[in-house]
Amino acid sequence: MKRLASIALATAITLLLQGCAGWQSALDPKGPAASELAWLIWFFTGLCAVVWALVMIALAVPLTMRSRLHIDPLVLDAGADNRKLRAVMIAVGLTAVILVGLTLLSFFANRTLAAIGSDAALTIRVTGHQWWWEVRYEDATPSRILTTANEIHIPAGEPVRLLLTSTDVIHSFWVPSLSGKLDLVPGRMNVLDIKADKPGVYRGQCAEFCGAQHANMGTFIIAEPRAKFDAWWNDQLQPAAAPTSDEAKAGENLFLKRPCVMCHKIGGTPAGGTVAPDLTHVASRQTLAAGTLAMSRGNLAAWIADPQGVKPGSHMPVVDLSGDELNAIVAYLEGLK
Amino acid sequence: MRPVVALLLSASLALAACQREERDTRPQSALGSGEQPIPVTTLEPGGQRPSPADNKAASFEANAFHLSEGKRLFGWFNCSGCHANGGGGMGPALMDEKWIYGSSMESIHATIRDGRPNGMPSFRDKIPDDQIWELAAFVRSLSGNAPSSAAPSRNDDMMVHPSENRMPDAATLGKSP
Repeated sequence: MKRLASIALATAITLLLQGCAGWQSALDPKGPAASELAWLIWFFTGLCAVVWALVMIALAVPLTMRSRLHIDPLVLDAGADNRKLRAVMIAVGLTAVILVGLTLLSFFANRTLAAIGSDAALTIRVTGHQWWWEVRYEDATPSRILTTANEIHIPAGEPVRLLLTSTDVIHSFWVPSLSGKLDLVPGRMNVLDIKADKPGVYRGQCAEFCGAQHANMGTFIIAEPRAKFDAWWNDQLQPAAAPTSDEAKAGENLFLKRPCVMCHKIGGTPAGGTVAPDLTHVASRQTLAAGTLAMSRGNLAAWIADPQGVKPGSHMPVVDLSGDELNAIVAYLEGLK
Repeated sequence: MRPVVALLLSASLALAACQREERDTRPQSALGSGEQPIPVTTLEPGGQRPSPADNKAASFEANAFHLSEGKRLFGWFNCSGCHANGGGGMGPALMDEKWIYGSSMESIHATIRDGRPNGMPSFRDKIPDDQIWELAAFVRSLSGNAPSSAAPSRNDDMMVHPSENRMPDAATLGKSP
């Protein structure tokens, strides 16, 4: 029975640790900042575990040792008292050294983190909204400034500077595989530098409770080779693809006539709302509604038909559309690659 | 016996604090958006309700959630472009006691949905009906017609002074951090 229990425990721990690998884990670092932090996590945990074990042993030994029960309190043993005092002083001294050492370690790790983006060529402004991320690529040429949502493409192997702010409440930007978390505070600009060593997709998550759909406020960092990233940027700067089929044309018309146009922007059309995600190239993204649904025609329709069922409390309202109208709008959006 | 009664009493008082305002994020419009058979052919004299009255008027009016949603939409849909946070500009002021087309929720709803002569555009089909009701409730609250426990507060940036945590610190000799 005991053996079975220990096997079950070992299996459970292995399964739990499995959750620490993959595209969203501080223990599976994919960039210099995350590596630095992961090293700190392991070193702190290891050292503290050793200290904890030593303290436990020091407590257990006198408890299990057979003590001399008949100590005469009037007999003084100066030698033993001195030995005890020395042991306590050594323990206090060691504690001080360890604490100061750990403080210095974390101080130097912070210096390394701060130096990552000192020569960043790319600046991205990330604005937190309830419950999605607005992503704006800054450029000296105004026509190359690009606004998108929820998915942040970056060139792999290059440092990128993120300017973080918020329009409503405090959010927190956390991509565990790439860096630590940093808050997005309304009225304040925070700077976070990230770097992905290799191409890949890294998931991020809002890490500061920000309301009903805090859990469904995901983001993706998509690191690509420089050439692919530049091509992506150029593609995204183009106005939206013109609808080709009759259904999609009807969808564009409906989009402009119905409530969609009040909040969303589609480049190249009169739709110019800025309070909701930019939909100019919505179909080129991998997910919908800040990482809640995978991008597909069915999910697009589900999201538009009943956003309050998918993400209760989100600011996307239920719009009264007939089945044909819904199909037409979905056909149009699906073509916005 | 006495301590038990005291405990029960305080527990029931504490539980009363758990009551939370209902947040109806998916209020179903009984008649469908923009399809209310309200004939708005002539101007209503001030204060007279167009009929039939929608039950949304009553349920949204004193509901903090719907009022604050109305406030958010007021900003999002650029009502301030003409009404300037209720103070008035190109459009009439909304925070005073004058109502050109009636002060009832139904009248304000009709104003937003169908528009009014000399500038107020129609938002029929452009704003879901529930959101028009939320906007109407907020517009009514601007002139103090909503309970203060439910009415949304003024934005920080509209205050005479910056909020306390943004005031320059005396210790830093007036330089804000």
